[in-house]
Order: sequence, then structure tokens, then C-alpha cells
Amino acid sequence: MVSTLILLSATGLGLAALYFLVASGLSLIFGLMDVLNFAHGAFVAVGGYAAWTVADHVAGGFGLGLALIAAVAGGAALAALTELFIIRPLYARPLDQVLATVGLGLAIPALLQAVWGADPRTWTLPGWLAGTVNLLGAHIPTVRFVLIAAALALLGGLRLLLARTRAGLVVRAGVENREMVAALGIDVHRAFTGVFALGGAAAGLAGLLDGLYQGSISPGDGTSLLIFAFVVVVLGRMGSLTGTAVASAAVGLVQQFANYLSPNLGDESVVILLAAVLLLRRRDLKGRPA
Amino acid sequence: MSPNRPLIPARATSAIASSGGTARRAALVVLALVLLYAIPYSTVQLPGVFDGPLDSPGTLQLLAVCLVFAGLALSYDLLFGHTGIMSFGHGLFVTGGMYVTTILVDHAGYSLLISALAGLGVGLVAAVVLGAVALRVDGIGFAMVTLAFGQAVSLLVVSGSPALTGGEQGQTLNAAAVPAALSGIRNTANLYWLALAYLALCAAVVWWLTTSIPGRMMRAVKENQQRVEVLGLNPYLFKLLAFVIAGVLATGGGVIYLLLLGGATPTVSGSDFTLGLLVMVVLGGAGRRWGVVAGGVLYAYADQSLTRLSGSSSVASLPGLLRSPLQQPLFLLGVSFVAVVFFLPGGLATLPARLRASTMPMRGMPITRRHRAKRDAVNAKSREEVAPRG
Repeated sequence: MVSTLILLSATGLGLAALYFLVASGLSLIFGLMDVLNFAHGAFVAVGGYAAWTVADHVAGGFGLGLALIAAVAGGAALAALTELFIIRPLYARPLDQVLATVGLGLAIPALLQAVWGADPRTWTLPGWLAGTVNLLGAHIPTVRFVLIAAALALLGGLRLLLARTRAGLVVRAGVENREMVAALGIDVHRAFTGVFALGGAAAGLAGLLDGLYQGSISPGDGTSLLIFAFVVVVLGRMGSLTGTAVASAAVGLVQQFANYLSPNLGDESVVILLAAVLLLRRRDLKGRPA
Repeated sequence: MSPNRPLIPARATSAIASSGGTARRAALVVLALVLLYAIPYSTVQLPGVFDGPLDSPGTLQLLAVCLVFAGLALSYDLLFGHTGIMSFGHGLFVTGGMYVTTILVDHAGYSLLISALAGLGVGLVAAVVLGAVALRVDGIGFAMVTLAFGQAVSLLVVSGSPALTGGEQGQTLNAAAVPAALSGIRNTANLYWLALAYLALCAAVVWWLTTSIPGRMMRAVKENQQRVEVLGLNPYLFKLLAFVIAGVLATGGGVIYLLLLGGATPTVSGSDFTLGLLVMVVLGGAGRRWGVVAGGVLYAYADQSLTRLSGSSSVASLPGLLRSPLQQPLFLLGVSFVAVVFFLPGGLATLPARLRASTMPMRGMPITRRHRAKRDAVNAKSREEVAPRG
């Protein structure tokens, strides 16, 4: 009984880590720029395929290290390019920014499918990752701990970045009041590109880890992850990092425990959780009184 | 009399123009309906556009799907273009209409009509409940929440209870329950007319609604929600009304689409389907009815033809690097969507005005009907302010 509880919690937290990697970027981008980035799932998928291709050519732990770099660099580069060439020319038309990311979100996974095919590509994990860890009688796959560690590292890194650096100060101020920051003579647009690249890097990392978690990748993976990341962003209040982390954990755990009671109940219970929170909450998405 | 004042006041001319415009527009609508109605009697060949003559079952089926999608696009535009709320859960109503009808016919043995009515009832209740919850958040939050609802329905349909819904394969509608006039290849024309009737119904509802007081309130909510609140009215109720009407229309579209396909398919529940509706509306021109209809027809035609085209020999002979992206309809649609957002804001509906503007180099800006009406209104107002009556 206890081992089942531990196993479910570890699986739920592993999933929550994935949600956090995707949702933290979404949340920061929305908080700073008011852009709901529908192309974020495509960043995840591109990171995943970049990592898979590298690991396919270079075997072992060294290959996995290179794959990690490829995933992060691929996601960050695609995100920065998206911001520079798609989002930036449309600053005066906020709705069209969202629509353009919708178009990208449709086109990029289709392009991936054209190149790598619709069938899932399987990951072969190096030996030390493929095993399980015995925790109080529960055999938990090692990958779950890697996921949780990555999410915690990202949370800590982002907190430090936001709290201790000048760039973080600009981002925090921009989330509060973008016009005021621009009026003080600070180039907010550079912060926009930076936040996009950072979110893309986290999404690319999520692409790699999602592949390790599921054991395979397919072109639509990023998009299905994106939907739950949206739920997390809404629950965690946009622009708030702590809120996103707590909401990720809640969604991941609720999903896993409900799935244990009955398969398919997990996803439905997440939507019910979302509806309940919306009904009970008296504040808007950025936490201001509605 | 000041030199720049026209002989007839601007407001009077615009009233005359709009009454003439209404008559002309009504004539255009009737003409379009008559032409569309007559298509199954025509044997015209359009090589390159359709494989067979216009009255062949294959062509009629393709056209019928285009008309249903145009109707769905109109229902979506009621939300997006007219009321200014972006829903990503519109596909769930299409799914509801399709699956409730199929399940009641196949598993409960009710007649098609009763099942379809029950489907519409479920659509109505779902629209009221989901709208009431989701509209508690604005803008982007609403988009995300409706996306989550749509995903929940999709999961329910694909993996909830495969015995009822047929899982990923979908569920064939029991052919014995379908009236003889609506089944079989020879009766494709009847299905085509049914689809045309659906489009006409959607158009009539949207046209009528935009001239009614609730419809004007919806447009006011889109233009300036705070102002509506300051006037002491509740924007929430008008948004909910738009959501419910659009939801019921989409449920009806699901029933018609079910009859066209002969079974329920889970593709309508996916997020790609709802995003497709958004693409249709933006492609045609949000808030512009002819544009939206054109966008729906074009999208449906492109979606079906690109799938066919991708298997054709002309594409297969291209080098691999060029060929494989061209075999993905979603890639082409996504890229063309981004292109329209970038280079043709306002969609295809603004194309005539742009072309006119480019052939008349003296006018820098494309002047659309709406621009002209706004300009007249502003002129009339400023004249009143400058020279008060009496």
C-alpha cells in the first residue's frame, strides 16, 4: 500500500516536472508580453527530435550529454527566431501575434512529421538510466528522478535569475508594468527575446525528458503536453513562478492518483479541477481582484 | 452655406445608400442560394478543380462538406469575429452532435430524428454549463479553459468507452435508421441540399442576430467591454448568449456532418479541428460574413484536395526535400495561415478593397464599406458640433 502511494507520487511528480518545464516558459512569456504562445508545443517537439537525432548517432552517456545540448539549443534557437521574425513585427497587433503562433503550432509538427514520419521513434536509454531505484519498497524508474531534478534545477535557476540579476529585475518589472519600464529608457524588447529563448530552452529540455519518460517521441507529443501546460498556467496564475510550480505538482499528482482509481479518469479530473478552481476563484488570471 | 458642405446631408445619403445596399445584398444572397441550389442539376466539368462533373456524387460530397464547414465557420465567427471571444473548444459541440446522435441510434435504437433532437438538447445544456464556467475568465484564459474542455471531450470519445464510441476508429451510423432519401450514392444530391440548408440556417441566424439588440450588444462587448459595464449592462450575459447560440449551431453542424460521413469520427474532437475553424475565419476575414463563408469553403476544399494532391504523380516526382513537406496538408495550411496574418490582415474579405486601392493610386488606403460608414458618421457628428441646430 505504502509502496503504491510512493510509486504514484513519484510518477505524478515526474509528470509535474514535465508540466513545469513547459508551463514556466509559457507563464513568463504571457506575464511579460501578453502573448499566449501556441507554438510552445512545437518548441518541445523540435527539442525532442533534435535530441533524439543526436542520441541516435552518438551512443551512450556522452551521446545523451550532446543530446541535452542539442535539445536546449534547438528549443532556444527556434524560440528566439520565432520572437524576432514572427512576434516582433506584430507588436502593434496583439491578437495577430497569438494567431501567428497558432499557425506555427500547426505547421512545425507537420514539418517534423514530414521529415521523421508519423510513427513514434524509440529512445534507447543508457544502462544507468534504464533501471529502477528502490525507495521504501517501491521500484521507481530512475528517469522520474532525473525529471524532478531538472524541474527543481530550473525552478531554482529561474528564481535566482529573476531575484538576483539585472535582467531578472527588468523581466519582473516588465511583468508588473511594461509601459513604465519602457518609459524609463530600458529596452524591453531585448527582454522579450531573452524570455522567449529561455522558455524555448526549457521547452526543448522538456522535449528530451518527455522522450526519456515515455521511451519514444512522435510529432504530436509537444502539442498534447501543451494543453496540460495551459491548464497549469491558468491554475498557477500567469506570470507567477511559484504558482506555476505548485499548480504543476497539483495537476501531476491529481492526474496520477485519479488514473490509479480508473484509467482515463486522470485527464478528466484535471479538467474538473480547473472548472472548480475557476468557479471558486474571485481573482483574474494575474492574481488581481476581478 | 459653407463650401465643403454637400447638398444632401451625409447621414441622409448614407441612409439612402444603405437601403439600396440592403436590397442589393438581399438580391446577392438569393442569387447565391439559387446558384448553389442548382449545382446538382449541372453537368459542367471543371478540370483541375473537381475530378468529375458537378452532379457526380464525389463532387457533390466534397461540396457538401465545404458548405457544412462554411456553416460551422459562421457559427465560430459569431464568437470570434462578432463578440470578440476566442474559444478553442468549439469542436466539442460538433463532436457532441455527432456522437450523441450516433450512440442513441446505434445503442438505444431511437429514430434518427429523435436522436438528433436529443443531440441538440445535449449541445444546448453543454453550451450553457461550459459557457457559464469558462466565461468567468476573460480573453486568453477563456481560450485555454475551452481548450481544456475540448481535450476532455476528445479523451472521452477516443478512450472513454470504446464500446459506445468506437475509439480511434469512430462509430458507423446504423444505416437502417437513416431514411432512404438520405442514404446511398444516388441520393448524394439530397445530402448536398441538406448541407446547403444548414449553411442557409446558420447565415440566417447570424444575419438576424447582428441586426437585433442582443447582437448589437455582442458587438459592443467586442469593441469596448468596460463601456458596456459602465452603461450598467452585464457583458457576461451577452457573451453567454453568443456562446450558447454558436454552440447549438455547431451541434447541428455535427449532426449534418455525421449524415454526410455516414458515421462519427474522432477527428472533429481534436484540437486541430477547432484550430481549423479559427483558420477558416481568419483566412476569410473575422466579422465579415461573406469572407467567413469563403474561408470555410476554401479551407474545407484545400484540406480535402491537398490530401488528394499529395498522393498525385506531380508531387511524387519532386525531390524528397521538397516533396515531404508538401505531403502534409497541415504544414501548407499553417504556413499559409501565418502568411495571411502577416500580409493580409483582415483576411480575404479585404482583398477586393485592396485591389481597388492598388488600381487607384490616388487613394493610399483601402476604403471598405465599414470605413466609409465610419467616415460619414464622423463627418456628420463634427458638423453637428460645429454648427448646432437652430
